[in-house]
Amino acid sequence: MGKKLSLITDGFIKNNPTFVLVLGMCPTLATTTSAINGLEMGLATLFVLVLSNMAISLLAPIVPDKVHIPVYIVVIATFVTVLQLVMQAFTPGAYATLGLFIPLIVVNCIVLGRAEAFANKHNVWESALDGIGVGLGFTLSLTVIGLVREVLGSGAAFGWKFMPGDGVLAFVMAPGAFLVLGYLMVIFNKYLKKS
Amino acid sequence: MVLCLTLVCLFCAAVLGGVYALTYEPILRANENVLKASIAEVLPEGVEIGEYETIETGGKNFEFYAATKDGDEVAFAVKSTTIGFGGPLTIMVGVLSDGTVYNTSVVTCNETPGLGAKCQEKDSHFREQFKGFGSDKKLWVTKDGGDVDAITASTITSRAYALAVSNAVALVNYLTGNAPSVDTYTGASLKKDESNVQEEEEK
Amino acid sequence: MEYFAIIISAIFVNNILLAQFLGICPFLGVSNKLSTATGMSGAVCFVITLATLVTYLLNAYLLVPLKLEFLQTIAFILVIASLVQIVEIVLKKISPSLYQALGIFLPLITTNCAVLGVAITVVTKEFTFGAESHMLDLPQALVYALATSIGYGVAMILFAGLREHLAGNEVPKAFKGLPIALITVSIMAMAFLGFSGMV
Repeated sequence: MGKKLSLITDGFIKNNPTFVLVLGMCPTLATTTSAINGLEMGLATLFVLVLSNMAISLLAPIVPDKVHIPVYIVVIATFVTVLQLVMQAFTPGAYATLGLFIPLIVVNCIVLGRAEAFANKHNVWESALDGIGVGLGFTLSLTVIGLVREVLGSGAAFGWKFMPGDGVLAFVMAPGAFLVLGYLMVIFNKYLKKS
Repeated sequence: MVLCLTLVCLFCAAVLGGVYALTYEPILRANENVLKASIAEVLPEGVEIGEYETIETGGKNFEFYAATKDGDEVAFAVKSTTIGFGGPLTIMVGVLSDGTVYNTSVVTCNETPGLGAKCQEKDSHFREQFKGFGSDKKLWVTKDGGDVDAITASTITSRAYALAVSNAVALVNYLTGNAPSVDTYTGASLKKDESNVQEEEEK
Repeated sequence: MEYFAIIISAIFVNNILLAQFLGICPFLGVSNKLSTATGMSGAVCFVITLATLVTYLLNAYLLVPLKLEFLQTIAFILVIASLVQIVEIVLKKISPSLYQALGIFLPLITTNCAVLGVAITVVTKEFTFGAESHMLDLPQALVYALATSIGYGVAMILFAGLREHLAGNEVPKAFKGLPIALITVSIMAMAFLGFSGMV
């Protein structure tokens, strides 16, 4: 039980995909203009990650080694397209905000990375738990980055405005994304990372 | 090896075809709901919204919905598109028959998050100021001498928004015969528009 | 005039790395040295332009007529993956020297989201030209792809130059490596913000 639980919690700090593994930087920087946007992007990635991890752990034993990467990419792309269709149908607002970065989950190194490093060597349930753990870690990081940028840039948190007027606009724009990620990484390195 | 790849591809294609078929209806309905909500938002309560109509005027195509109450046309919801900072900006503008703006809502917006995208925030000063905007005020941003307060650091988006509203008002005036003719203005042809306003004042 | 607007906008105003956040992973990964940064930029430039040509045609003549636009993501990524493989094989045969320079970067490019990002952007997004906006035609799409990848190269090479100097400096332990690099990119992005409003 302890081992199962650690599969999930490892993704939070020890194997945090954003601050430790530094994977999937593009959506991390682009979609975190607010906490809600970061959360939505994280959950979308979580969805693909869990399903593709499960499918790949089932497929791995029967796929010849030579074509395993193309097969994985096809599987991931399929789940991403499923996600696109489902989001268009049920959460059109979120789909419109995240835009290009939903199809780009296909090339998010986290998804292919977990397939290669974990899912093809473990059984379905472990792979699913690993997907949930890493996905939640990613969601958490994106939400935190989004929250910091929203608080500093728009004077709001999760869409709730606690300060009249604007914040420091630069934080919502491109430079703020790099700056906030850089400083959060510093804080993470200093206080949370166990060497 | 090739067989395996082919099988996986075929299987995935089948799955996708299935999901596509399943979500086809919900996607259509979701799009329809977004449109319906944006129309309902910009019109007074208790009106009956008619079928969608199109009209071509001033070289532009407009989609609009007439709203009736007890058989009288009381308002129009006009879908109006202009070019913002990040591409086309489409808004729904509710205009009462006398040419007063009732309310506006955003249909599609590709503006910069945190800047131009603020035009999507309901209840913000920018959005509120359009409510009840009458012909006594000038529908363009204060920077160009009008009466619309722009969003901070987003003049281009604000201009596009104001222009879309103004186009819609002009269309309604044309439909109801309030004003001389439709006149869409751009930043460059402001003078022409000012003369129009003067004409209205003279009346 | 439209071509000029596309080029300036793609290189400076909407720089793919500093404003659109596409292709960040290799940007941070291989920008330690000026020489590798140049090699990567060259390879990206080549693949983006080629991939855009193929996916644009695929979309216009196969997916749209058959109403299969929902397969865009999966079709494009497969095309890009096989294209990268083909380029690798062809380059090895006809120009070993070029292969030596670019070859090692090619496998990394499949998962570079800049390639898929540009391919999807040109077939889905309307571009603004003054007071009008429309979809790009094929020559415009190619110019956009080429200019975007030049923008990628410009940002990458500038950053690699900065980073070579950073390596020689003493920074606090917690800032070492990526954090200080990200803060540097942030300042670069601020400089590029100065271009906004130009087109």
